[in-house]
Amino acid sequence: MTEESSQDLPEKPPAPDSLPAGPVLFYNEVVIEHFMHPRNVGELENPDGEAVVGDPTCGDQMKVSIRVDNGRIVDIKFKSFGCPGAIATSSMVTELAKGKSALEALMITDDDVVLSLGGIPEHKKHCSLLGVQAVQQAIHDYLRKEKAEAERIHEKGISGS
Amino acid sequence: MRRVYLDHNATTPLDPRVFEAMRPYMTGVFGNASSPHFYGRLAKQALEESREIIASGISSKPEEIVFTSGGTEADNLALRGIAYQKGKRKGHVITSSIEHHAVLRTCVALEKEGFSATYLPVDSQGRVDPDEVKKAIRRDTVLMSVMFANNETGVIQPVAEIGRIAREYGIPFHCDAVQAIGKRVMEVEELKIDLLALSSHKIYGPQGIGALYVRDGIGLSPMITGGHHERGLRAGTENIAAVVGFARAVKIAIDEIDIYRTMVESLRNKLESGLIKALDGVAIHGAQGERLPHTSCIGFASVEAESILLHLDLKGIAASSGSACTTGDPEPSHVLTAMGVPPELAKGSIRISFGRENTEEEADYTVNALSDAVRHLRSISSQWTTAKPL
Repeated sequence: MTEESSQDLPEKPPAPDSLPAGPVLFYNEVVIEHFMHPRNVGELENPDGEAVVGDPTCGDQMKVSIRVDNGRIVDIKFKSFGCPGAIATSSMVTELAKGKSALEALMITDDDVVLSLGGIPEHKKHCSLLGVQAVQQAIHDYLRKEKAEAERIHEKGISGS
Repeated sequence: MRRVYLDHNATTPLDPRVFEAMRPYMTGVFGNASSPHFYGRLAKQALEESREIIASGISSKPEEIVFTSGGTEADNLALRGIAYQKGKRKGHVITSSIEHHAVLRTCVALEKEGFSATYLPVDSQGRVDPDEVKKAIRRDTVLMSVMFANNETGVIQPVAEIGRIAREYGIPFHCDAVQAIGKRVMEVEELKIDLLALSSHKIYGPQGIGALYVRDGIGLSPMITGGHHERGLRAGTENIAAVVGFARAVKIAIDEIDIYRTMVESLRNKLESGLIKALDGVAIHGAQGERLPHTSCIGFASVEAESILLHLDLKGIAASSGSACTTGDPEPSHVLTAMGVPPELAKGSIRISFGRENTEEEADYTVNALSDAVRHLRSISSQWTTAKPL
């Protein structure tokens, strides 16, 4: 049997700090940044449009509220119960929608969100759908209310004349 | 960055004393334990001495220990080895709904091959009821398999009672003790266990080595055929360095079991009481039952586990969860689901498992980091405003 001194221990594996932080292997820095500091978090009071999508018992959930002025989304807030992918994509979709006209914002796709984040892991791509759907539904809610309001005014106008 | 490792149920660092024991067998001693010459005899001697050490760790006979590539292979050998006896492809297997996937998915595979299986429920504390085991027995039951302690919650199962029932009905009883070895004293004869799966890397030994205890008189069909290694139950040249390391790890774990238990339990209690004090909406799963001293499975209302784990990882803390949102249809942990934990809370549950090298200061650091992460995520959460106290 060979006896060797403990000085001959094999080289240590790479020091932990020389590796990227664990999650960065899966999420890029932009995603991590949005996850740690999500934009537009909260709930608007008396929003012009709002939506809740997803079911917390079987998946992620996202709540979106929007303020619309002259057909443009001037403010948007979200709250999200979900994984890092869901939180980061929710944050990004609100950034993309803010300042756009309601019709422009309706055309945001999940690919737009993923691209703006510089990509997310393949198995997390579904997360971005939730945010896009929530924004679209909030806009539809706004459009429905607008339509009802327009009809109300229209009827009032007719009956008043 | 500061690093705190709190995932010892996944794997443990190699103990330097274990490495020292292994070293000669990775450098000088290289023989094949089946060779009759000097080199082979050196290897064979190390192999058999290691077998004796591991056997004495569970109060079995050395010849009842079969080395495998790890816990998963040991579970497979036990289940398939019994089920396939005499070339049969039918019969009934009893197991629990909270087993490790090594057992659970093997039972599912057996079902596809023609066997039938009963997956026993557990109570709200994650414990199998021995009466349910008894009720599940059929004329064609060929095997029972219930784990010693659960890997996610640490909840200890009534192994002695189940062993008694199994022996009474003459049904072989397999027990997956991968998480329990070194944390609980176990005497297989007294517990009436017929097959017991062990793993090295959960107790500061090397990865890639485990063992199956096979009680004298229990017939098994080998899964890997070839040479006459391991009493013909597991062919393949034995990995001597790993075997020696495994034995050293078992010896150290058993010699130091009391101090280990006291230490990790105090860290675990510090963590749990710290979190309960710092946060609302915290549930410790299985806390009413008897648990392994180092494992804590904690649910946080209105947040999702992977998000908590990412926050922790960014602070250098390594923990885990029983579920992962990877498919678009995240399945909550099968263990927590079996315990009746609501899916929203199961999705917000993480596992922290302490080890020898952790300190009180690390437990405090973790309480703070975890409380911050949960508070932050709740401030974003669409669920938290409506959450009710647990």
